[in-house]
Amino acid sequence: MDVTETDETQQTDGKEPIIKYRNISKSFGDHQVLKEIDFDLYPGERVAIIGPSGSGKTTLARLLMTLEKPSAGTIQVDGRHLWHREVKGKLVPANERHLHEVRGDIGMVFQHFNLFPHMTILRNCTEAPVKVLGLPKKEAVERAKEMLDKVGMLDKVDQYPANLSGGQQQRVAIARALVMRPKVMLFDEPTSALDPETVGEVLNVIKDLARQGDMAMLLITHEMSFAREVADRICFFDDGKILEQGPPSQIFTQPKTERLQEFLKRFHLNGNGFQEVQ
Amino acid sequence: MDWNWDFTWNEVLPELLSVLHVTLEATIGAFAFAMVFGLILALGRRSRHRWISWPTYGFVEFFRTTPLLVQLYFIFFVFPDLFGLTLPPLAAGILGLGIHYSTYLSEVYRAGIESVPRGQWEAATALNFSAWQKWRSIILPQAIRPVVPVMGNYLIVLFKETPLLAAISVGELLGTAQSIGSNTFRYLEPITLVGIFFLILSYLASLLVKRLELRLDLNRK
Repeated sequence: MDVTETDETQQTDGKEPIIKYRNISKSFGDHQVLKEIDFDLYPGERVAIIGPSGSGKTTLARLLMTLEKPSAGTIQVDGRHLWHREVKGKLVPANERHLHEVRGDIGMVFQHFNLFPHMTILRNCTEAPVKVLGLPKKEAVERAKEMLDKVGMLDKVDQYPANLSGGQQQRVAIARALVMRPKVMLFDEPTSALDPETVGEVLNVIKDLARQGDMAMLLITHEMSFAREVADRICFFDDGKILEQGPPSQIFTQPKTERLQEFLKRFHLNGNGFQEVQ
Repeated sequence: MDWNWDFTWNEVLPELLSVLHVTLEATIGAFAFAMVFGLILALGRRSRHRWISWPTYGFVEFFRTTPLLVQLYFIFFVFPDLFGLTLPPLAAGILGLGIHYSTYLSEVYRAGIESVPRGQWEAATALNFSAWQKWRSIILPQAIRPVVPVMGNYLIVLFKETPLLAAISVGELLGTAQSIGSNTFRYLEPITLVGIFFLILSYLASLLVKRLELRLDLNRK
């Protein structure tokens, strides 16, 4: 086996994509935020989505989490249609039950954490495994504690979200999503709402996950050095389209399109990596 | 006219105490009914199906904008003719008060539900909760907390409206006081005492609501 070649084709080699977007468009009123997107994500692959705000990055993830319905096109998860059911060889719009079955493979971490304020940290992490997966309470608690330990929040199990800092809340939100053992995890600008001093702790948790897991990750981020470090592939979104994609080395050092060059100019590389130039 | 203590202690008070449970039953029964039915109405109005949401809207508006006393008369005097349904006075009273207040409470629920941020719905979807689990575990517990004070207030208002049931011959506090009055030609003590009863019980209820409010406060440390 040729080592140099497997390096490039590591994800595509013999594997089927776990996520397939085909010809996906999304409009809000007159505004088209996604324009006939084709996009694949492979099992275990880590893809960072970068691009200016309003370019459709977040919508891409929200369609997969079924928080937003595509205007046209199809999405497949592990070979199954997400937004459609096959009835007698024809695709018909999915109902809630179908969405419920298919979206179980997907997890999501939100910009604003969205922890459940009326539940303790532990309960935030056990409610879904018990109610949705039907795990026995004891097993759910074990799983939750394991994940909370992973994100360094095990000492806060009895606290309520209101008593935690933003960074801590986001770490809990990551644990809460992990407990469900999704095959694909979406991170929607997970550090954008955080105080600068807590950004690092959350990025470190995600980096750890990327290093150890076989979970596919879609990272929507403005943290360029983080994207470069973690991702196998970078997609540059602009005006509802994927304008350019490739391995981080290529995207950050030899951007082809003028738009990407312009976009990257707003960030400059220093000792710690990229920093946004205000 | 002088206050007659002997009459108060030996006749009025025992008799009023013996019917106090009727007022309490009417209050608790009607409020429990209103809590459940009000939630159903609130959910009905949110329904995506017009054939559910529109009739619900009409129902709520109708009962909110017509007098409670007319509704009570309708249930007690017209139902037997219309549907062949004759309810005992207390049951008719609980039904009338319950329906009337369920329309108020449905608006309270609605405000509570709308106060739950969109992110909570989205997180619940992301964790793949079913529609029912989403309501039960995530949305309703958060929707009800902020409106507990308003609900408690409606409980007290409903309690204070139970004397209306005397009009359909429910033997509650005021009706009983009135009949003591007409039998003995002394109204001062029975009616005053009824006022005091309501004062004390309303006050106790408001204390209870306050405590509940504090217990449910999410910002507790």
